Amino acid sequence: MTVLVQINMSEYIEHDKSGVSVGLVEKKSYTFAEPPDEMILECDKKLGPITIAYETFGELDEDRGNTVLICHALSGDSHVAGFYSPKDPKPGWWDIMVGPGKGIDTNKYFIVCSNILGSCMGSTGPCAHNPKTMEPYGHDFPVVTIGDMVKAQKALLEHLGIKKVLSVIGGSIGGMQVLEWSVRYPEMVVSAVPLATTTRHSALAIAFNEVARQAIMADPNWKNGNYYSGSKPDLGLSVARMIGHITYLSDESMRLKFGRRLQEKTNLSHNFEADFQVESYLRYQGAKFVDRFDANSFLYITKAADYFDLEKQHGSGSAVKAFSKTGARFLVVSFTSDWLYPTYQSKSMVKAMKKNGLDVSFCEIEAEWGHDAFLLPNERLTALIKSFLESTYTESRKQ
Amino acid sequence: MRFDLQIIASWIEKESKVLDLGCGEGDLLYFLKHNKDVKCTGVERKESRVARCIEKGLSVLQGDINTEVLDYPDNTFDYVVLSQTLQQVYEPSELIRSLLRIGKKGIVSFPNFSYWRVRLQLLLTGYAPITRQLPYEWYNTPNIRVITLKDFRKFSKQAGFKIVKEIAINSHSHDRSGKIIKFLPDLYATYGIFLIGKDK
Repeated sequence: MTVLVQINMSEYIEHDKSGVSVGLVEKKSYTFAEPPDEMILECDKKLGPITIAYETFGELDEDRGNTVLICHALSGDSHVAGFYSPKDPKPGWWDIMVGPGKGIDTNKYFIVCSNILGSCMGSTGPCAHNPKTMEPYGHDFPVVTIGDMVKAQKALLEHLGIKKVLSVIGGSIGGMQVLEWSVRYPEMVVSAVPLATTTRHSALAIAFNEVARQAIMADPNWKNGNYYSGSKPDLGLSVARMIGHITYLSDESMRLKFGRRLQEKTNLSHNFEADFQVESYLRYQGAKFVDRFDANSFLYITKAADYFDLEKQHGSGSAVKAFSKTGARFLVVSFTSDWLYPTYQSKSMVKAMKKNGLDVSFCEIEAEWGHDAFLLPNERLTALIKSFLESTYTESRKQ
Repeated sequence: MRFDLQIIASWIEKESKVLDLGCGEGDLLYFLKHNKDVKCTGVERKESRVARCIEKGLSVLQGDINTEVLDYPDNTFDYVVLSQTLQQVYEPSELIRSLLRIGKKGIVSFPNFSYWRVRLQLLLTGYAPITRQLPYEWYNTPNIRVITLKDFRKFSKQAGFKIVKEIAINSHSHDRSGKIIKFLPDLYATYGIFLIGKDK
C-alpha cells in the first residue's frame, strides 16, 4: 500500500491561513459570443457561446482606476483568494498574496481573476457542452492560444465596465497572459508584473509538455479525447502531473525535501512500490490532481503555452519590436532555482523593454524552490509587488 | 544623503532623465525623484538593495553595470551617474565610453588616492594604505584600482572625453556633511567628483 506524503509544495499549494483572509467569495460567470457573433480564434475557427468564470475582490474606485487583473497558470482557477463557504477547508490558490493588507491589497484594489479559456474550472473548455452536438466538446474543441484567452478576459472586463487596468499580474502561463495583455491591449494596461515566465517556451519546456501530453494520449481511456461518458484517462493525467511537478521543483529543493530518504520504511522493497519519498510525493500529487482537473484541458493549455511566441506574433521575430507596442510600466521577477523559465529568459525580455525606453524594474529572487517559488510564501516577492502597485497607483493619480 | 551625492544631486537639472549605476539602496534616485521630478533608473547587483529600491517606488534593474549599460540606445539619459564605483571596474575606459554613449553627460566620483594621509601612510609605514575611504586590506578589497584626481584628468585626454566640471571634497563615505576643497585638492581631497561630456 502506498502511504502518501503530505508536503505543501506544488504549482498550486495548500497552505495554512496566513494573515487575514478576504473572507467569503462567490464564483460568478459571464457568457458572451453567442452565435452568430462567435469569437474568431487565432486558428481561424469560431467559438461561441463562451462562458468565463470569474471572481472579484475589493471595491472599484469611483474613477475605476484601481483594477488589478490576476492571471492564473496551468492548473489554477478564478479562486485566487478567500473561501466559498465557512466550512471550506482551504482558501484560494494565492491567499497569501491577495487579501486585506497583503501584497495585493483587497482594501485598496478591485481585483479580478478569471478562469482561462480552455480550462475546466467553470470557463468554456473541452469538457464544456458543445451546443452543436449536445455533447461535451472533447477533441472537437478548437486549439486556443494565450491570445484567445486574453481576448476573452478583455470581453469580461468590458462587461464589468473596466476600460483601464492598473496592473496585470501573473506567473508562469499567467505571466504569458500578462505579457500578451501588455502588447495586445496597450491602451488598457498601466502596468504589468510577469513573474517566473518567458516570452516563448524553450525546447526544454516544450519537451516536458510533450512527454506529459503523450502520457495522457497513451492512456487507453483517453479515446481521442471523447471519454466523458466513460472512464477518464486518470492514469495518463496523473503521470502528466508528475512530470509537471518535476519541472516545478529544482535539484536543490528535491535534495533538501526528499534526498534519498525512504517512505516509511528502512529497507528497499525490491519491487515497484514507492520506496523513495520523492516517488510517493509524485504519486500523491498525480492522484490528487485527477480529481480536480480534466485531461483534455491539460492538453489544450499546455499546447497554448508551447505555441506562445510573443516575438513572432507581435514583433515579426523581434522582442524589441514586440515591446515597442506597449508603454506599460513593468516589474519582472525571476527566481534563481527556476529551471523551467530560467533567469536568462526574464533578462532577455527586460533587455527588449530597455531598448524601448520602457519603465522597467527587474529582480532575481534567491529561492531554492524552483519554479514553484512564485506561489510559496516569500516576503520579498510580497514586498516588491505591494510597493510596485503602490507607486504605480500614486503615479497614475498624478496624470 | 552622502555629501558627495548631495553635490551630484545639485548638478542635475530638474525633470531630466538619470541612470544611476551601482545605485545601492537608491538614496540619490529617491531624492532626485521627489525633489527634482527626475525620471530615474538604477542598476544594482545585490538583490536585497534592488528590493529596497523597488520598495521605495524606484525603477531599478538587478544586474551587472558593465553589461546592463550595453542595452540602452544612444543618448537615452541626460545624466549617467557612477558614484564611488570606478575604482571597482575592470574595464574603466569601456564603461566610460558606454556611459557617454547612453548619456548626454556623465557624473563620476571616486576616492582620491593622492590624499595626504594615503601618501603619508605608505611613506612612513611601508604598508598598503588603509583609510576611512578605502578601509580594506590588500587581500580583501573590492577596490581593484587606485586613482588620483590627476590620474583621472590625464585619463580624460587619453580616453577622449572632456571634464566639464570638477569638485574635490573632504568627507568620509558615510558623512552627511563635508567640505569642498579648493586649496591643493590633489592633496587635501578625499573624493573627486567629475561632470564629464563627449569630446565634441
